[in-house]
Amino acid sequence: MDSGICVIAEHKSNSITDGTFEAISAGRSIAKQLNTGVALLVLGNGLSALSNTPSHSSADTVYLFDNPLLAQYTSDAYIRCLEPFIKQQKPSILFIPSTCLGRDLAPKLAARLKTAYMSDVSGIEISGREILLSRPVYGGRLVSTVTCIGEKPWVITLRPRAFEKGDTDSKNAKTENPAVNLSPEHIRTVIKGIEQTQKGLGLTEADIIISGGRGMKGPENFKMLENLAKILGGVVGASGAAVDAGWMPHSAQVGQTGKVVSPKLYIACGISGAPQHLAGMSTSKCIVAINKDPDAPIFQWADYGIVGDLFEVVPTLMEELKR
Amino acid sequence: MKIIALIKQVPDTSIVLKINAETKDIQYQDIPWVINPYDEYAVEEGLQIKEKLGGSVTVISMGPDRVKDIIRNSLAMGADQGVHARDTVFDNSDAYSTASILSRAVGLLGFDIIICGKQGVDEGWGEVGPALAEILDIPAVSSILKLEISADKKSATATREVDEGLETVVVPLPALFTVQQGINKPRYASLPGIMKAKKKEIKVFNAAALSVSPDEVGKSASRIHMQKLSYPPARKKGRILEGDAKAVTKELLNLLRSEAKVI
Repeated sequence: MDSGICVIAEHKSNSITDGTFEAISAGRSIAKQLNTGVALLVLGNGLSALSNTPSHSSADTVYLFDNPLLAQYTSDAYIRCLEPFIKQQKPSILFIPSTCLGRDLAPKLAARLKTAYMSDVSGIEISGREILLSRPVYGGRLVSTVTCIGEKPWVITLRPRAFEKGDTDSKNAKTENPAVNLSPEHIRTVIKGIEQTQKGLGLTEADIIISGGRGMKGPENFKMLENLAKILGGVVGASGAAVDAGWMPHSAQVGQTGKVVSPKLYIACGISGAPQHLAGMSTSKCIVAINKDPDAPIFQWADYGIVGDLFEVVPTLMEELKR
Repeated sequence: MKIIALIKQVPDTSIVLKINAETKDIQYQDIPWVINPYDEYAVEEGLQIKEKLGGSVTVISMGPDRVKDIIRNSLAMGADQGVHARDTVFDNSDAYSTASILSRAVGLLGFDIIICGKQGVDEGWGEVGPALAEILDIPAVSSILKLEISADKKSATATREVDEGLETVVVPLPALFTVQQGINKPRYASLPGIMKAKKKEIKVFNAAALSVSPDEVGKSASRIHMQKLSYPPARKKGRILEGDAKAVTKELLNLLRSEAKVI
């Protein structure tokens, strides 16, 4: 069978997301050992407009579910399309990027199929006949390694940025267009609109995050971090202290009760490094801490630390970067 | 309005967690337990709906004897009724089995709205709420930041967090909502509230009361097997740059470019 591993694609503004390509390559990494292939399932409306053609992903087969009622994501419409397909194709594993969409869809789909669900997986390893899945727990303070058992497919969401993207143009996959049987009464949630508060990438997908904490002294100073983020092509985050003070919205909070992120570069400005915050960012590839207090716990986690005044350091950073 | 809030007890997020290698779990001795912060928003949201539209708020928690504390505290915040799903056969149930047990409890109680946190801050599955909605065949709206019930109480408008921003959806009731941080500010229990809560009854539902057969729950029915619990790999010791702000900033940029290669 060539669709033992199915990846459910996510696409935004006519472009398949990086998280989807990461999921395909995670699938590829175990497909051989499981003696199966990888299929990509794309749901949407007007899919021929996708700029990064799904057939050029490294999936073996691409299934395009194209219907006007799939123009916006609703779990009802997605499950209505996916359930019969899964029952017919009988894949062993479903991979879904662990984004807002994935974390909404996956548990509902698993419950509908009555199969195992595993969220936010950041590592996959095959040991003998078992697939070991590891995932951060307690907000990243511990790592739990588990196996799924019982009926398949197991529904697994993959943490963005935890897997390599892999090559995207290796071959020409076979494309299929499964029948879509959808009508408006199948969809119980009616979407009234989306207010775009996040320009560009969200925190969990960003390559570079500049975060501010209590040391920012006030909401007005976050403008400076926005400017630095703009220069670096990053996104601004905040510590729980800055959010509790009302300086930044909750959606910007990095931590155990906020977003758990692992960017390429995380710059912590005026953040002391409470366990709650560290839990949300300690898996970042490179951590830079800028803090006045040499004893701040954040320095124990930083790859590079500057003991100094962020109001001097950040402007200098911007000046130097503009050169 | 019959409002149900599902609450879970979790280890206090400020403590240092230690691993018990034998049980492949954390060490539970002397751990301070708290209500899952996201579930506290669920209780508060339930109370606010009740204050606007009337009705009752019932909190339900599953777990051993200790979870009574968070039920009692929710009653002190103003919930009308507490339900404790407790039976040793429920121990080590996976999230789907937990949802299945809770589905029987809410079925017995009746409901218009079910609210719970978007996930536990402990294992963070984020599964029980959505799975419960599937079992009950009602719509579920996840990660909401705002909830308004229509005047006829037949539908609700919810604003939920999506990757691009905020999405507003309308759903018919009954429905389940999982709440995200920022939806409200949970109240503290007042002294009279605490006194009143002492007199409120906490109903205990065991497996028999919920018509749950032992073989469909607990460890034997779990679809997830725990293999190992570990600490994340330690980070390499970093470099601290001290001295003139301009000089160290330049040095930092060089290191980010040539050593870390991240910019």
